[in-house]
Amino acid sequence: MNEERIVGIDLGTTNSLVAFMQGAVPVVIPGEDGLNLVPSVVALDENNQAIIGNVARKNLIETPERAVYSIKRLMGRGVEDVQDELRLFPFRLAEDLQPGEVLRITLGDKTFTPPEISALILRQLKRNAERFFGAPVTKAVITVPAYFNDAQRQATKDAGRIAGLEVLRLVNEPTAASLAYGLDEKQNGIVAVYDLGGGTFDISILKLHDGIFEVIATNGDTHLGGDDIDNLLITIALDDIRGDLSLDLRRNAEAVQAIRKAMIDAKITLSSQPSVNLNIELPQGKRYRREITREQYEQLIQPIIDRTVGPCKQALKDANLKPEQIDEVVLVGGSTRIPKVRALVKELFHREPHTDLNPDEVVALGAAVQANILGGGSEATENMLLLDVTPLSLGIEVAGGVTDKIILRNSTIPASATQFYTTQIDGQANVAIHVLQGERELAADCRSLARFDLKGIPPMAAGIPRVEVKFLIDANGILHVSAREQRSGKEAEIQVQPSYGLTDEQVEGMILDSFDNAEEDFRKRQVIEARNEAATILAALEKGKKSAAWGQLTTDEKKQIAKMEKALAAVNAEDDYQAIRKAIDALNQGTTRLAELMMDGAVSSALKGKNMDETDLGEGPTPPHPMAPPEFQ
Amino acid sequence: MTKSSLTAITKPVPEETHSCWSCGSMRAAHFCESCGKVQPPAPVDYFTFFGLPPKLNLSVPALEKEFYELSRKLHPDLNARAGSQEQEWSLEQSSLLNDAYRTLRDPIKRTQYLLRLEGVELEEQSKSATEQARATGEIKKQIVPPDLLEEVFELNMQLEELRMNKKMGEDDPALIEEIGKQKLELEAKYESLLEELKSFWTQWDAALDLNPAAGSSDDRTAIIGKMVDVLNRRNYIRNLVRDVNAVLES
Repeated sequence: MNEERIVGIDLGTTNSLVAFMQGAVPVVIPGEDGLNLVPSVVALDENNQAIIGNVARKNLIETPERAVYSIKRLMGRGVEDVQDELRLFPFRLAEDLQPGEVLRITLGDKTFTPPEISALILRQLKRNAERFFGAPVTKAVITVPAYFNDAQRQATKDAGRIAGLEVLRLVNEPTAASLAYGLDEKQNGIVAVYDLGGGTFDISILKLHDGIFEVIATNGDTHLGGDDIDNLLITIALDDIRGDLSLDLRRNAEAVQAIRKAMIDAKITLSSQPSVNLNIELPQGKRYRREITREQYEQLIQPIIDRTVGPCKQALKDANLKPEQIDEVVLVGGSTRIPKVRALVKELFHREPHTDLNPDEVVALGAAVQANILGGGSEATENMLLLDVTPLSLGIEVAGGVTDKIILRNSTIPASATQFYTTQIDGQANVAIHVLQGERELAADCRSLARFDLKGIPPMAAGIPRVEVKFLIDANGILHVSAREQRSGKEAEIQVQPSYGLTDEQVEGMILDSFDNAEEDFRKRQVIEARNEAATILAALEKGKKSAAWGQLTTDEKKQIAKMEKALAAVNAEDDYQAIRKAIDALNQGTTRLAELMMDGAVSSALKGKNMDETDLGEGPTPPHPMAPPEFQ
Repeated sequence: MTKSSLTAITKPVPEETHSCWSCGSMRAAHFCESCGKVQPPAPVDYFTFFGLPPKLNLSVPALEKEFYELSRKLHPDLNARAGSQEQEWSLEQSSLLNDAYRTLRDPIKRTQYLLRLEGVELEEQSKSATEQARATGEIKKQIVPPDLLEEVFELNMQLEELRMNKKMGEDDPALIEEIGKQKLELEAKYESLLEELKSFWTQWDAALDLNPAAGSSDDRTAIIGKMVDVLNRRNYIRNLVRDVNAVLES
């Protein structure tokens, strides 16, 4: 096996993507459906099998109680800080949730933690990559919003592990985007990356210096994005419908999802059209009709997009820069397609923003660049190095419930700080430490990361022990803590009680594909997928034989096809997926003329007034060609 | 928050050696010049880390250049394929590098750091210390710089008046203007203190050149005292400006 490929993954609120470096260019790996974007939607089918992505979207409308979207909003959060989300999103929290427990979401009759749901999305991306490479993939770089806190980062890392991926690095999304841009334009200067995605907003200001991407300041809002626009439009529609049509649909999950879909379409249309006409089918044979003009829409969303102004100004202030000193502005995230957002960015930074790269894909492409750097680099990435920062200050609680900041926000990571502790009573063996993240002065206003107990301090008189505690934020933005009692030189034991998040044991128990079995699992899955494809092509062939086109083949051609069909049936019974694929390819080649004749027949019969169904092209996995060669080589 | 690696970070550092642990050649301080391998970190102060004498005048562009060069050797991203021990050293070395650079490139942090190396515990004037004192009911030591006594007294009276006005819902534009003017003066003084501090840097560096041996001399003790005084006055003014802003914005 050649050197293992490390993939770059953008695990987004709305869409997720996987990419890798093909030579000097990062490319997105499409899914089986040929599409680059995998919607971050997870549903359970009637057999409790997870379905992910585009295919799961119809489940959102048909069986909303068995489907979930925007799970990223719940990553690393506790029940008390998701109350706002619960009002706006149809998250069904498990009823038996205990206080302090990691959130669990109900899908059908099962419950899942947010990292487990994210892991299902990651596993789908992993499979897409494996299908593409024809080899197992176990290592990845995953992007996170720059403004994600420690718990949200840890939850993302846990999701990777559950999906059977070793997460080599968590990279901040705007920084990843700058890497993708930096590949083409090797230059020095100050760049601002404005990243407004489905559910999160980040602003990062970077200094580019001979291949070093040094983040100077970052800011953001981990709960601000296109989702908020959707929710606003949905709320307005529901109010309208209640007022004008006397129909209260707020508890009707199916109807809400249908309205949501229509509103997302309307939002997209309004980025290019001056107005949109809504005409949505509702229960009881009613319809919701309304015109929304661009002007009305822009007025509605103004308060939402204005929420990005504060973080931008703060980031500039922290970077000690004026807008004029920014050389380039880069737009990232689907929501930056909104003209009003672009106008706002232009106003904030006094320049026309860059939009050369697809804002949906640029983060994944950058993750692939970072994956390449971690894998030892290549000619294209030889001089590139990312120096990122921690977005939030790290503090510890001191007397009076006050936060003492020990690592300030925008410090380059890895970063560390050392604190000394002592005891208050004679013989005291434990010291409790409360670690916080945030900018507020009072501990209660900051995010609680964890409570530590320093244990096993040798018995000494009060105030004598000197325990050195080292706090280190690694290159993923995740905190590590170690302690040592200096007088005895003894390493103090630390017991962590993460305020939010899974324990190692819990993660262990959730792992979907164990690393040890990666090779075996991969092989088994390939066999299953190859058999599915064989079944599809055999079924298409059966239909072909009944079509008029079959009669147009020569006896020899028919004989050849029969031979190949037999060969496929023979290997299909074995466990060698490569042999099955080879036989599929052969049969595909051998039936090209048949497929062409069928296509011709379909076209001419359509012209005769027959519809396509009657001609029956069959149902292939990748329309429109029923016997299209599999993408897998 | 990782759980497994908690105790892993502070493993005993191998004894200082002059040869690379990997290839055996004479090594540079942080990485091996011959094979490029990251070396175990040595417990050194930030100046020594950059190979600098403990002087306060330093070239920030030169420091930045060195920071970038060392980052290209020490950063975990460039050592992701190394053994786990080497990766750990890379993490420690590069956090030390970042901490050192962050401290030394900033004039105030650099001065504070040097003073701490000289054994000076600086008066905590931070907002958190103030909040803490308030919350615990302790009376925080606030030494009013003598040359500011009169001004501060008057300003505090005016601030009190403004607070009362605001409480009563009364408006006094003249008072606000007067306070605003004083605030500007304080801010100007705050800026000028940096220049004053820099003059002591030069004195410190000169004293060091004269007698590079460690340990205190009367000379140095006097300069340290002056720098501490400037920093305290600076902190005091910063807090005062913060109070003024708080009242003006309330």
